[in-house]
Amino acid sequence: MTPEQIKAVIEEELLELAPEADLDDLDAEEDMREELDLDSMDFLRLTLAISKRLNVAIPDSDLAKVVTFNAMYQYLLARGAKD
Amino acid sequence: MPSFGADMEAGTLVQWLVKPGDSIKRDQVIAIIETQKGAIDFESFADGTIHKLLIDEGNNAAVGAPIALLDDGSETPIPEEYTKPDTPNIVAATIETEATKAEALSPVFTASKNRATVIASPYARLLAAEKGIDLKLINGSGPNGAILAVDITQVQPRRSETTTKDSMRSAIAAALGRAKREIPHYYLESTIDVQPAVDWLTAYNRDKGLEEQILINALFHCAVAKALLKAPELNGYYEKGVYTPASSVHLATGISIRGGGLISPAILDADQLSPDQMMEKLKDLSDRVRNGGLRSSEMSSATVTLSSLGERGADKILGIIYPPQVALIGIGKPQLRPWIVEGEVTARMVVSLSLSADHRVSDGRQGANFLNRVSKILQKPEKL
Repeated sequence: MTPEQIKAVIEEELLELAPEADLDDLDAEEDMREELDLDSMDFLRLTLAISKRLNVAIPDSDLAKVVTFNAMYQYLLARGAKD
Repeated sequence: MPSFGADMEAGTLVQWLVKPGDSIKRDQVIAIIETQKGAIDFESFADGTIHKLLIDEGNNAAVGAPIALLDDGSETPIPEEYTKPDTPNIVAATIETEATKAEALSPVFTASKNRATVIASPYARLLAAEKGIDLKLINGSGPNGAILAVDITQVQPRRSETTTKDSMRSAIAAALGRAKREIPHYYLESTIDVQPAVDWLTAYNRDKGLEEQILINALFHCAVAKALLKAPELNGYYEKGVYTPASSVHLATGISIRGGGLISPAILDADQLSPDQMMEKLKDLSDRVRNGGLRSSEMSSATVTLSSLGERGADKILGIIYPPQVALIGIGKPQLRPWIVEGEVTARMVVSLSLSADHRVSDGRQGANFLNRVSKILQKPEKL
């Protein structure tokens, strides 16, 4: 998958949870939970959906590594996200 | 028209799922009813045969007004006004529940004004109100054509102004305004050490996939529900000056809607659930708050409420009791704090646990015992 496709999947799943969000305003270096007002249930749902779509396992111990948009993107890129 | 909570005054019959002549069972979903809180699946409260539907789809009725006649097989005759051909829509009037139940052919609902048929998730409803979008003009993409939040956001570009008064806000205001005026609340709070629960969860979640993860909120719900079993003075209903303790713990859980508003569906028999079952239930409820499909039993049978602010909430909450319940338990944001364990200062995860309770039914001593019991249960999470 191209980097753009991976980003697009993250964005789609964020909009699924927060349809009103303006992703242009999202600071990719900040905690997405703070930026988009996601609770722990939302965040679990987000990582689960992305992990399924891109076939990348995200263990519980790695959840803290994917809290910003960029960190999530880098994590998926490094683990060979694919359709 | 059934009431799905103290803040509901009327509902719109969106869709009948049965027709005259159908046999129905208790707890079967027989209609979808739209309220300020979104579309709710209405479950029959008795077995029987549908004799007649008294209100058409799209019509509105006040709580307590008849909406259908149900033949339960007993000999009691049909009230005369319903046997005439072409009964006109009966304008809603207050009907005593006891009287209604006593009749073999129970008038369940009535109609008054016409309203268009719209099924929408609570969040979609809120977004539409904020954006000033008429739900009738939207084609929903959800089950049964239900309008989902995503349908609203696709309709038109975002606008920043919000309506200050939407129907959910006024419903919350009416119910909680009454609660605050009438219920002599007292409040207690304890800070409790939840490090054992955190440690247990970390170990439990370690080798599991994301689907099986349990959040600490599920443990809080389990501990509170189990402690309530031994606190009959906090779990029940206060109505017309009489307190009736409940025999089961139907724990309502506050789920906030993005952008404002709150829904508190009940987790039925919450004390019976293990942490993994509780987690499934919480996920399921949060899904259905978003996408529709909340059931009438979940909206009307809560015996007590838990409001948990979550990991990004405030330190603590002292809530308002939701009538006719007599207690509300609040849990703040878990925080790492210096704590003394066996004479040593150490970093522990702690949380504020609070109780708002009705002084007409219980006293501070009983309330404090309850909080201590919740804390005790959370020290041994493996037993939950």
